[in-house]
Amino acid sequence: MKKLFHEFLKGVIKENPTFVLVLGLCPTLAVSVSVMNGIGMGIAASFVLLGSNIIISLLKNFIPDRIRIPCFIVVIATFVTITELTMKAYSPALNRALGIYVPLIVVNCIVLGRAEAYAQKAKVINSLFDGLGMGVGFTLALILISAIREFLGTGKLMGYTPIKGFEPAFVFALPSGALLVIGLLLGFFNILKNRKI
Amino acid sequence: MSVAQFLTIFISAVFIYNVILSRFLGLCSFVAISKETKPALAMSLAVMFVTTMSSIITWFIYRFLLIPFNLTYLRTISFILVIATFVQFVEMVIRKLTPPLYRFFGIYLPLITVNCAVLGVAVLNIDMFFINGRAIAGSFYYSVFQGICVGLGYTLAMLLMSGIRERLDFCNVPGALKDFPLAFIIASIMSLSFLGFNGFRF
Repeated sequence: MKKLFHEFLKGVIKENPTFVLVLGLCPTLAVSVSVMNGIGMGIAASFVLLGSNIIISLLKNFIPDRIRIPCFIVVIATFVTITELTMKAYSPALNRALGIYVPLIVVNCIVLGRAEAYAQKAKVINSLFDGLGMGVGFTLALILISAIREFLGTGKLMGYTPIKGFEPAFVFALPSGALLVIGLLLGFFNILKNRKI
Repeated sequence: MSVAQFLTIFISAVFIYNVILSRFLGLCSFVAISKETKPALAMSLAVMFVTTMSSIITWFIYRFLLIPFNLTYLRTISFILVIATFVQFVEMVIRKLTPPLYRFFGIYLPLITVNCAVLGVAVLNIDMFFINGRAIAGSFYYSVFQGICVGLGYTLAMLLMSGIRERLDFCNVPGALKDFPLAFIIASIMSLSFLGFNGFRF
């Protein structure tokens, strides 16, 4: 049990997909305009990650090594389609806000990366916790980035105004602000990492 | 179909909604391969070729396979499979026929399969040039042209970035910002300057 918890925790902190592995940045930057979008994207990607990790580790003995990448992609694409259709049916507003970045979860490096690096070798239960941890880590990173951008860019957080009279800098809601925030955050986490050692 | 429409597609795909600096597609390769100009150029050309070809292929699949059989919900699966197969095929052909060309950009080809820009263009084409499941007039030409333009936008951003990063080698950079973080900050400033093109509204 302790090992499984460790499996879960490493995705959140030690191997955080966004800040440590630097994977799957395209959706991270594009949808992090508001915290709600960030949470939606995080949950969608976590679901795909969890599903594909489980299925791939179940099928690991049947997938021939040479054509494993196309096989992984089919599994991942199936889960993405499920997510896309569900989102279209139950929250069309979120689907419109995320736009083309929902189908693009297929090519999110985190999902394929975990399939390749972990799920195809590990036991099902371990892959489940690995997927869960990575998903939570990704979602937390998205929330952090989108909270910074939403607050600095529009002066609001989840629709509320935390500080009265704060003059927002609109540039943080623009693409350039996203790149700046992620660059500085990566630098910040580098400092933290180096200090520990 | 008009010249003005093509001009709009060109300017918006290359400058206003640049794949990398505004839509964030293909960021991974952008940051990883832009350290020197020559590999950056090879990668860009490979991406441009694949975006163009995949625009053509996915248009045909969508128009003549998915729409008539009412299978549009299979868009994502079919597109990514076709793109992956196509890239693999091109890699084999190049390796067999022109070894020098393979050495020039062969190693970057497999990376393109999971490059968001390629699938992104295919999905964008469908979103923009099909209305209510029907192709608008000239949608095929628009799609192909948009594929080329997105490739051009990628090349532009890649060349600018690699030029800047080559000079950065001579600079004294704070340790924590080395490599990735600095690349993102530079990209941010580039994106800010590209914002100026937003004034072009049609």
